[in-house]
Amino acid sequence: MSLTADNVKKIAHLARLGIEQQDVASYAKDLSGMLALMTQMGDVVTDGVEPMAHPMDQAQRLRADQVTEQDNREKFQSIAPQVEAGLYLVPKVIE
Amino acid sequence: MYNKSIAELAKGLRSGQFSSVELTTAFLDRIKQHTALNAYITVTEDLALQAAKAADIRLTKGDAELLTGIPMAQKDIFCTEGVKTSCGSKMLDNFIAPYNATVVDKFNSAGAVMLGKLNMDEFAMGSSNETSYYGPVKNPWAINNVPGGSSGGSAAAIAARLAVCATGTDTGGSIRQPAALCGITGLKPTYGRVSRYGMIAYASSLDQGGPMTRSAEDAAIMLQTMAGFDPKDSTSVDLPIPDYSAGLNNSLEGLKIGLPKEFFGEGLNADVAATLEAAINEYLKLGAKITEISMPSLKLAIPAYYVIAPAECSANLSRFDGVRFGYRCENPVDLADLYTRSRGEGFGKEVKRRILMGTYALSAGYYDAYYIKAQKIRRLISDDFNNALAEVDVIMGPVTPSTAFGIGEKIGNPIEMYLSDIYTIAINLAGLPAMSVPAGFAKALPVGLQIIGNYFSEDKLLNIAHQYQQVTDWHTQTPKGFE
Repeated sequence: MSLTADNVKKIAHLARLGIEQQDVASYAKDLSGMLALMTQMGDVVTDGVEPMAHPMDQAQRLRADQVTEQDNREKFQSIAPQVEAGLYLVPKVIE
Repeated sequence: MYNKSIAELAKGLRSGQFSSVELTTAFLDRIKQHTALNAYITVTEDLALQAAKAADIRLTKGDAELLTGIPMAQKDIFCTEGVKTSCGSKMLDNFIAPYNATVVDKFNSAGAVMLGKLNMDEFAMGSSNETSYYGPVKNPWAINNVPGGSSGGSAAAIAARLAVCATGTDTGGSIRQPAALCGITGLKPTYGRVSRYGMIAYASSLDQGGPMTRSAEDAAIMLQTMAGFDPKDSTSVDLPIPDYSAGLNNSLEGLKIGLPKEFFGEGLNADVAATLEAAINEYLKLGAKITEISMPSLKLAIPAYYVIAPAECSANLSRFDGVRFGYRCENPVDLADLYTRSRGEGFGKEVKRRILMGTYALSAGYYDAYYIKAQKIRRLISDDFNNALAEVDVIMGPVTPSTAFGIGEKIGNPIEMYLSDIYTIAINLAGLPAMSVPAGFAKALPVGLQIIGNYFSEDKLLNIAHQYQQVTDWHTQTPKGFE
């Protein structure tokens, strides 16, 4: 399975990832190379094998529903690109 | 002073032979002498001297720990409050972490002195340290060669004696592979043993922090400080922590070592193979027994990894969007442009490649064929290890197929670069602990021996490595120009 330039552009759009037009072909080639590597997996019969998501098959731990964090808004916003009145600013979304 | 172990330095600090300020100053001077290695992204001179002064007070008061006053460094993937935490990326070039990683807090409370933040592959994605936004790190053993990656700055700094010890992280070999290529000792603990809180995430089901040191004895001391349950990390494991130094001198008589035939076949450089054979012979002399084993699913580790790790990476790195922190593009015209350009300009090529791969593997219509399939293969690989470790105590093999390769040699061919992690990746998929131990040289470049153990057997691995280091001196050798 190999990917075309159009496939790469579509994936980049899904990831909201800007890529330069001149790099599209090389990404298509590299990703196709990775996919070629993965065809080996298709040769293995895995019917009935349980997918493994965690190395020790642990479930995520739950904790009591209590407030544990302090309000650090000012500290966190001090490193933000653009804030005003405690809000993160982005370009206008609604006309 | 630079060649002393942590225990020797701790003794010197207590006997008044030197103070932590003197020791720290000596290391800071050395870092300045060797900036050409590019091992550090940030040197925190003022903070280091403050910490050293505080350590000297603790030492005088007599409430010091083993690491109090010891100059060490953090891989730049660990958040350090008030200090730039770049993760080797332009995306975080302006990021001053607002809090400490748990690992950093632990070293701070132990009184360790942080000299600075170490260079690394961008977001820990790379095997040569060439993907760093801050430029490649040089291997102290051969200045035109790579130090390995992603913890390349950590490995080079220890080899060149620019820190006594350092942290690293390992998602597919990022502690062990650079440790091997730079001739130092590196330990990737069991998944869940060391807190991931404040350690910038790449692939969350594989990432694990660990110690990088000259000797196993030093690694035991570092791991003692790093390990432990952390309620802030939902995958942290709540199990008691053994005394990692207590069993270092246990005898290896009767130790059962498994050698997987898949580790010693085609693809392994002949000089590396010969060096490893000599190392394994040393273990025979120490009373160990060898069994050949087979792990047929090992060959599937690279394809499974390059589905699972990019999939997790594409999810984890979606947080870098130019809104709350990190890089933002100039004059975005709308929100879509803000996201797309901030990410496009902030990430380097290897990171983009993995985000694209992961996005594709998780997209509608491909999820079952790639992601679920890879997770099933992951189970088969893990079963292989469990079966093997039911019969032998530890598994040994190479860390890398060859010694350190040239800077620029593989960076243009990502698939070839991925294959340099062929012996390390399977261990992360299984979540097992493993070490890289200096085992000699092939054509004057360091070779690492990999020792893989069962879950939470770090104490056993350290014992096995330490016993080897009692009868060999590979781990004490210093590259020319750094004596």
